[in-house]
Amino acid sequence: MKWETVIGLEVHTQLATQSKIFSGSSTAFGASPNTQASAVDIALPGVLPVLNKGAVECAIKFALAIGATLNRINVFDRKNYFYPDLPKGYQISQLAKPIVEGGALKILVDGEERIINLTRAHLEEDAGKSLHENFQGVTGIDLNRAGTPLLEIVSEPEMRSSAEAVAYARALHTLVTWIGICDGNMQEGSFRVDANVSVRPVGQAEFGTRREIKNLNSFRFLQQAIDYEVRWQIETLEDGGRIEQATVLFDPDTGETRMMRSKEDAHDYRYFPDPDLLPVKLDEDWIESVRAALPELPAAMQLRFQNDFGVSAYDAGLLTGSRALAEYFEAAARACGQGKLVANWVMGELSATLNKAELDIMQSPVSSRQLGALVARIQDGTLSGKLAKQVFEGLWEGAGEVDAIIEARGLKQMSDSGELEKIIDEVLAANQKSVEEIRSGKEKAFNALIGQVMKASKGKANPAQVNDLLKAKLQ
Amino acid sequence: MSLSPDDVKRIARLARIEIDDSQALASQSQLNSIFDLIATMQAVDTQGIAPMAHAQEVYQRLRADSVTETDHHAAFQAIAPAVENGLYLVPKVIE
Repeated sequence: MKWETVIGLEVHTQLATQSKIFSGSSTAFGASPNTQASAVDIALPGVLPVLNKGAVECAIKFALAIGATLNRINVFDRKNYFYPDLPKGYQISQLAKPIVEGGALKILVDGEERIINLTRAHLEEDAGKSLHENFQGVTGIDLNRAGTPLLEIVSEPEMRSSAEAVAYARALHTLVTWIGICDGNMQEGSFRVDANVSVRPVGQAEFGTRREIKNLNSFRFLQQAIDYEVRWQIETLEDGGRIEQATVLFDPDTGETRMMRSKEDAHDYRYFPDPDLLPVKLDEDWIESVRAALPELPAAMQLRFQNDFGVSAYDAGLLTGSRALAEYFEAAARACGQGKLVANWVMGELSATLNKAELDIMQSPVSSRQLGALVARIQDGTLSGKLAKQVFEGLWEGAGEVDAIIEARGLKQMSDSGELEKIIDEVLAANQKSVEEIRSGKEKAFNALIGQVMKASKGKANPAQVNDLLKAKLQ
Repeated sequence: MSLSPDDVKRIARLARIEIDDSQALASQSQLNSIFDLIATMQAVDTQGIAPMAHAQEVYQRLRADSVTETDHHAAFQAIAPAVENGLYLVPKVIE
């Protein structure tokens, strides 16, 4: 039987506010336990939540960026459950009237564009952290994270493979960091993914029973967890078994998913509107001022890069992987007017060198202006690709500006054809055998001679010029 | 709508309240009288009236996003039953 995979994702993004969603405590990561947990965060009796305008504004930005409906009136509800890292005994969330509904995100998988629709996005508070490891028979509770604002972003079950799920998660990660509502740090839990996965026979209209994989904090784990889960579900069904609705955890050490709780233990959250919070009203002036301040979005920038700089759709997608990368590329491309060549350098030499040094684009020792200047020197014939790499190394080491490095290291491409002809004559004289081979029709020997000339010129000859001169001499 | 004794026990369990059978029976009749009140209110014709999330038709006031709280964990933890290395200690929970 042929099976089809159905995936929907729920992503918890921690919003990049200074303070918590309902209190004035700091949200900074990594503070000593409980030093950023105020009376509101630890739920002392008599305290009341006061909503953070910055968190609401993040949700407005997101809605505008994905073309969603913004509910002008939205409501906070209590989601009731007991857990020690949830001091109130309920989480303040939004159920019936979330702030954001609908919207869509474009993804690119294997060169094919797809639109993934979103169901909703709602504001809620994060819980604290439970630390089980260091204690015998007890659990330590750190409430610094309690009350950190979250936007939970829920997709429709429209993804059909782990590759599509990863592409969607990446596109969402790019977008929320691009518009500045989330720092995107997955190690610190700023962007956490739950995947709802089911399988069904190809052609069947109804969905299969789904299992939810909780708390995936890397794109690699997301891919591995879905692949394992899909295999497991198909094997279970083909062996005559049934899938029970359940929540599962992914274990990165074994690469397997295991059950956390079954449907019978599913929580009954008894949602109801939080009487401590009034409905939230978004006025049009506010929405319009947020819209006016939004940066150009990745999708628009991709089109512009294709039109202005002639880069391919695929390259435009890579270059807009982050806002910092896109801005770097554009500045370098504008500096020299050579978009395609700059794109090759940014995605080739620069990315490779940054990866090797474990730096991101913001930390690049080579500035966009310098890369632009380097590409300009390739374009005007001063540098060959090979010499340019040496200049790039100089820029990386901080040896100065492009022209100064070319001068100091003698990396100028040979432009004097007299000097080059002299080298060619010497090479020809020393390789009479090759010359005869070429004259008898052996093409291979010709390339060997070009190599010899390049070597003799210490890489400074212009390969195209060598090619032309050599051909003329062998006529 | 009226609640059965099993409904009452389930609600008690969800709320982590321990009740015995006689308490469940007493609660059942009290809760059912509350449901009677709700039934009376629901009999009112609300056709064409938008549901309200709050008793007053006013909207939430918003706070500026700035850090206004300082660290008081020592005072808070002075009244906690068990504390270690700045963490509140609770009976072990594993999911």
